[in-house]
Amino acid sequence: MDNEPCLGCRIGDKWRKKRGSLIMALHEIQGAKGYVDWKDAVALAETMDVPLARIYEVLTFYNFFKLVAPGKAVISVCTGTACFLKGNDKVLERFKSELNIKEGESTPDGLFHLQVVRCVGCCGLAPVCVVNGKTYGRMTPEQVPEILNEWREVFKEA
Amino acid sequence: MVDMAEIYKKFDIHEIAKNKLAEIEKYKCNIYCCHSTGCKSSGSDDLIALIQQILEETELTEQVRIVSTGCMGLCAQGPLIRIEINGKKDILFKRVDMDTTRAIMEEYVIPSLKSNEEITLGDNLTQHILSLDLPFFTKQEKVVLKNAGHIDPEDITEYMARGGYLALEKALKTMTPQEVVEEIKKSGLRGRGGGGFSTGMKWELAAKVPTIDEKFIICNGDEGDPGAYMDRSILEGDPHAVIEGMMIAAYAIGATSGWFYVRAEYPLAVERLKKAIQACKKHMLLGNNIMGTGFSFNVDIRLGAGAFVCGEETALIHSIEGARGTPRPRPPYPTNKGLWDKPSCVNNVETLANVSKILLKGADWFASFGTETSKGTKVFALTGQVEHSGLIEVPMGTTINEIVNEIGGGVPQGKKLKAIQTGGPSGGVIPAKYMDMPVCYEELKKLGSIMGSGGMIVIDDSSDMVSLAKFYLDFTVDESCGKCAPCRIGGKQMLLLLDKINRGRGKKKDLELLKKIAFAMQKASLCGLGQTAPNPVLSTLRFYEEEYTNKLLDGKDKE
Repeated sequence: MDNEPCLGCRIGDKWRKKRGSLIMALHEIQGAKGYVDWKDAVALAETMDVPLARIYEVLTFYNFFKLVAPGKAVISVCTGTACFLKGNDKVLERFKSELNIKEGESTPDGLFHLQVVRCVGCCGLAPVCVVNGKTYGRMTPEQVPEILNEWREVFKEA
Repeated sequence: MVDMAEIYKKFDIHEIAKNKLAEIEKYKCNIYCCHSTGCKSSGSDDLIALIQQILEETELTEQVRIVSTGCMGLCAQGPLIRIEINGKKDILFKRVDMDTTRAIMEEYVIPSLKSNEEITLGDNLTQHILSLDLPFFTKQEKVVLKNAGHIDPEDITEYMARGGYLALEKALKTMTPQEVVEEIKKSGLRGRGGGGFSTGMKWELAAKVPTIDEKFIICNGDEGDPGAYMDRSILEGDPHAVIEGMMIAAYAIGATSGWFYVRAEYPLAVERLKKAIQACKKHMLLGNNIMGTGFSFNVDIRLGAGAFVCGEETALIHSIEGARGTPRPRPPYPTNKGLWDKPSCVNNVETLANVSKILLKGADWFASFGTETSKGTKVFALTGQVEHSGLIEVPMGTTINEIVNEIGGGVPQGKKLKAIQTGGPSGGVIPAKYMDMPVCYEELKKLGSIMGSGGMIVIDDSSDMVSLAKFYLDFTVDESCGKCAPCRIGGKQMLLLLDKINRGRGKKKDLELLKKIAFAMQKASLCGLGQTAPNPVLSTLRFYEEEYTNKLLDGKDKE
């Protein structure tokens, strides 16, 4: 076994002594890995002395946490009221048909993950999509292929 | 031995404010760039970098100050840049891109600094000018948003230069906790998160509970309503105002520490809040013996994780404790038994942001805004089908007409206003015929809607109300925590009925059934989410029943 402490142990150790820190520790794991791995959850349970069942119920209760690795580019289509009124459903449909996946799924090549999110708070720019933290405002369905190509390029270079 | 008096002198807020004002005075030109989530996502980072680069190239850094500010309000027209040059009228530029920024600098800022001659701007710039005389700007009354758009939220000294932390000093040094509570009570401030409970009363209740070992003040920044971003903008634009309000609240109720609960979907707000807390610690405004008064207080941040129900105070408390965010029956109220069963007072972001202003200017000043029962101002996120979509602040009691048609500039593309929606998924619609209704807690309630946290969504005549009701119900069904049956089962059944109606398969008796389930949910649900979830349906049924009946199999047209 290698001596490097695992992510779950390290983060668990950091938050162990602080009160009300389970969700913060899970945020940190997801921030580092993009999702919360089963192994890290087990390690976290041990280091923080929290039942694993508790961690599982928290992970599954909150929308924010992911249990499986998402695609490299996470596409979040806003479904807030302003975006709804301005027709973001059409943008979502276009993403679905272009990528041939449903919301909450990743493409087989692991490049894209499509999800719908609650209001991202940019209602002035509605309809809005966010890809890996980059916000696209005043979206039209026609922009979808363009955005996908932009991100294909990004990961081609990498 | 360390001389504490020396240290407190070093961090004297009056001294820091004076020095900062003197420093600002030196600049001939101030460039304010909106740097909140909206404008940032339209590229304001690059614009700021470009301006900085141009200033360095032209060696004007000593004359021009760049301020990255919080939200300026008109988010739909972003990125926004406001230029203030001594002796000239302020100019606000909208939808600024890299070329426009270069032009602003080369054709306006630099020549203005080099000579006093009047400069005529070319078409390339005038088309980007947004008149500051628009009703959007002149009709507003900024109390909570006073600093947003004027200061760099990441610089505590700028906040101090505009009177920051003076209210805290006043409270700690010249007032007793009871006096603070009395002042807030007198001001008539009510919770801005939606419920509208008197803040002073809440503090009084919390203050009465003896502090055995710990007592908490919690700031509710879990702004989950779709179409609302007031709290985000306040935290991004003026985080110190919220911290100061929280500290004053802590002093008033005898809290030992504070917690900020903020949505994880608001990374920028969290980052600015973190920086603000660090700055406070550095300036000895948080920690032990604050300002040498013997008052000690500390705060910490906890993030939400995408659960709308966590805006409910008992669910929020469970979430901080690291559990599923499910509400529990009240009483006992959190003021008696809250976080870790210790007495806790939960206040909304905007509520706390009002506090320092009330203490500084007095309860009477605050109460001079608003109506008989709703005092002060309210921040709204005006969105949807409206010309000037953005963040606004108006006195309570401003009419819908003034908000939508004057400040908001009306409905675009020649369409007609059909209704507005307030209160998000817990609220209802208000048809255009009630345009002259003043917006305050009571009036909205009379029409079956609520104030909510301040989302105001403008709906034009092309929108279908049944779909809108279904949209909101979809949301609440998805966000129901599942703990109590009326909300979990009732919501789902209502949604199925709405779906049936929307697909043209509904019958008249389905409408009756909808109302029955709605009534049961309102009466029997455990928390506000379930109790208010039927509101969008009931309210659209009340005002737009014909849109429902037109979709029925045995509806009007089909008989």
